[in-house]
Amino acid sequence: MRDALGIGLAVGVSGVAFGTASVAAGLTVAQTCALSLLAFTGASQFALIGVVAGGGNVIAGAAGALLLGARNTLYGLRLSDILGVRGVRKAVAAHGVIDETAAAALAQPTPAAARTAFTATFAALFVFWNATTLVGAVATERVGDTSAFGLDAVGPAIFLALVWPRLHEGRRIVLVAAVGAGLALAAVPVLPPGVPVLVAAAAALLGPAPAATGGGDGHGEGHGDRTGLDSPAADGAAPEPDRPQEARP
Amino acid sequence: MTVWIAIAVTAAGCYALKFAGLAAPRRLLDHPAVRRFAMTVPVALLAALVAVQTFSDGGSALTADTARLAGVGAAATALLLRAPFLVVVAVAAGTTALLRALGLG
Repeated sequence: MRDALGIGLAVGVSGVAFGTASVAAGLTVAQTCALSLLAFTGASQFALIGVVAGGGNVIAGAAGALLLGARNTLYGLRLSDILGVRGVRKAVAAHGVIDETAAAALAQPTPAAARTAFTATFAALFVFWNATTLVGAVATERVGDTSAFGLDAVGPAIFLALVWPRLHEGRRIVLVAAVGAGLALAAVPVLPPGVPVLVAAAAALLGPAPAATGGGDGHGEGHGDRTGLDSPAADGAAPEPDRPQEARP
Repeated sequence: MTVWIAIAVTAAGCYALKFAGLAAPRRLLDHPAVRRFAMTVPVALLAALVAVQTFSDGGSALTADTARLAGVGAAATALLLRAPFLVVVAVAAGTTALLRALGLG
């Protein structure tokens, strides 16, 4: 429970960053808060507003957001047996299937503890993320021109922090990242804004073969944590026992 | 208006993706291609987002804004030094803001 609060606090602070970046990108406060309430998955939200910022193709932006959100499906697959929820409770629980809640739940020794951890983390995150989104959005709206505050560096910095732990997984992953970045940059002048990032997904084809990466990337263990990309806060949130592999060398 | 549509599509789609995981048969996860794609795609996308948001203003031109480049570079340095997330973000914004205040970028 205390862990849930800790994670909630850390995520909350990145909620301010999202609210700030979103309004700076040109979304209204209402649009910004709607995203945090309804999408409730950080990386996807940041991806969408990044495209809106440049007056880009918002449908391409939404597509990028959904590609990033696809890993929550994997968390759901792993959590469904443990949570054992049905009907309305399943519909509600689904909204909370994100990096932090999956990490917290999957780290527990028993299903009962996992359910408690999931619920507590979901509740804490939902409250903090949305409240702080509002704070960041309103504050930025008051300020007006935000370029003096260096907020345009916040988006890339956040994405860099999110991808950083993954780069320790091996050369193939670094190659995927480099080719993805290169493809996207090459596409910027020739494709509508928002689309270049989608093109970069093709770089995933260069990824490590399922069984070829040593280090026990085999069956069952520790997959949820490896995809821990959503959480702006995951890197800063100390109490996350489910992320052992991300301990940096 | 189109922004609202994009928000609706994103919200509905993100929810559907989450729900699909809870609802789908678990053996789907055992499919190596599914797992590999889901694990690797975010790396490509995030790296692309870093590159595009660093070297463009969102339009069709590649730009090199000195202050922003320095901010992202400072973030990378902070990550190398294992700084926590919030420090990384603060360093990026602070560096860029400082350089702008000095009249660079």
